[in-house]
Amino acid sequence: MTATHDVDMEKMVVVEGSYSVAHAVKVCRPNVISAYPITPQTHIVEDLSQFMADGEIPGCEYLNVESEFSAISALVGASAAGARTYSATTSQGLELMHEVLFNVSGMRLPVVMTVVNRAVSAPINIWNDHQDSISQRDTGWIQLYAEDTQEAADMTAQAFKIAEDKDVLMPAMVCMDGFILSHVYEPVVLLEQDLVDQYLPTFDPEFVLDPKNPMSFGAFADPSTYTEFRYLQEKAMGVALRKIEDAANEFNEIFGRYYGGLIEEYNTEDAEIIIMAMGSIIGTLKDVIDAHSSKGEKIGLVKVRSFRPFPKFEIKKALKDAKMVVVLDKNISIGLNEGALFTETKACLYNTHIDVPVAGYMIGHGGRDIPVSTIEKIIDEAKAAMKTGIDIESQFTDLREELL
Amino acid sequence: MKEIRIHGRGGQGSVTAAELLAVAAFADGKFSQAFPAFGVERRGAPVQAFTRISDSTIRLRSQVYEPDYVIVQDPTLLEIVDVASGVKDEGIILINTEFAPETFKLDTKAKIITIDATRIALDVIGRPIVNTVLIGAFAGATGEIDPESIQNAVKERFPGKVGEKNAEAIQRAYEIMMGVKK
Repeated sequence: MTATHDVDMEKMVVVEGSYSVAHAVKVCRPNVISAYPITPQTHIVEDLSQFMADGEIPGCEYLNVESEFSAISALVGASAAGARTYSATTSQGLELMHEVLFNVSGMRLPVVMTVVNRAVSAPINIWNDHQDSISQRDTGWIQLYAEDTQEAADMTAQAFKIAEDKDVLMPAMVCMDGFILSHVYEPVVLLEQDLVDQYLPTFDPEFVLDPKNPMSFGAFADPSTYTEFRYLQEKAMGVALRKIEDAANEFNEIFGRYYGGLIEEYNTEDAEIIIMAMGSIIGTLKDVIDAHSSKGEKIGLVKVRSFRPFPKFEIKKALKDAKMVVVLDKNISIGLNEGALFTETKACLYNTHIDVPVAGYMIGHGGRDIPVSTIEKIIDEAKAAMKTGIDIESQFTDLREELL
Repeated sequence: MKEIRIHGRGGQGSVTAAELLAVAAFADGKFSQAFPAFGVERRGAPVQAFTRISDSTIRLRSQVYEPDYVIVQDPTLLEIVDVASGVKDEGIILINTEFAPETFKLDTKAKIITIDATRIALDVIGRPIVNTVLIGAFAGATGEIDPESIQNAVKERFPGKVGEKNAEAIQRAYEIMMGVKK
């Protein structure tokens, strides 16, 4: 389903993307925030600190910690004690959390974290790509990717609702592109407190750390039980597939904004070429696709909102009648020469009757800008591949040959 | 859609200027978007910031390559940055300088307009901070934004006397530009 927005300029203000996300966190009434500042996440935690200093987040404790490892570790305890918990990080900070991310998911703690997507070192680079969150793919966190700052804010409330659902209880990352979304000023509706209160129930977990009723989280599991923990995590992700759709629909009913559930399909009906991508590149792609549509060309877009859980069914359904699929990835699995969305899209089409060529483009690494001309070049190649077959299955885009 | 590229040096408030333009354009009833060309920010280094203004929602996220308008906060940038790059033929390049437009030999068909924003800033604000002066001049030179919306945006961002002084400087720059246009 295509996104629909009630655009009401009366309700909108022009603010920085980071501010609209920090504001969304505030109105979700967190009990514990723990974060360590790192570019380009910094403005979010600065704004939250300001809200705290101004007494605008009642019943919340903001923990100053000395590293991202501590930030996420503190939330393990807080969440297990029944607190609604939030953090934000990026890049090296997220990688430093890696070990604990498994613990959060394994203990089924619904921590919500904004990942302001940034490239990883070395070489050091502070700009946007998706390598940081994609590298945490298998930690058992829900991963949602936002197209614009409004969606990043709205997705924050949705993430709490999905993560804390008693049939899910899995942590969630809301991924927004560093600088491109975190530092852009554009009109948004700041989430209204009364509507969020209507949308998001209080966090009331069934199992909490409580001295009066002692229990342990994340204790020892020997070979006779460990497998079942993994199975139940996977099962919860299966439930999350439906809950992500539900959360988007309920959000639409209350707020009048919808961005798709697991995916958004844009112009996919009768589309010969379908482009797939995640994050802020979607806006540019929609503009390019509109320009082609006005010339009668059948090019569609599948925006993947949920990368984990991976919406195999929806993707297969969206791609089944296409003649050519192009997948854009702001990440690479080095040694496979493929981006993760490309690899997984191909994988989910195997063992089916869908027979469509899929080409992968790795794009926008380390913040390299993605102009319309680059998208046009990819579309030209897709048109040619539709006739003659795929020449190169997966490749880097806009490589500067003179530097090699 | 109209696209604006601002050239400045780190510390001159180029990003702030882009943001204020976006806030003011939205107050005028248009959609807007402002963002920096994220460099490794340090004082004095050449920086760029962008603003887009449109009658409909803005989805495009790339940097601005073919601007309708360019604002140059520091004329010494002309020696090291191609400020005319990609500017539309019918576009405008607004330069902060004491010299006349004819002084500048840029490879462009766009119109060059100059204003001594540093002088205005020193006279009115008392400090050589030219970003607000230049967006006031932009309003006069292009007619894209109501100068009052810019003044309101500046007063909201910088409350009190600082905002008032900046608003006055914006008014002066706007009036000078309206005079130039006649």
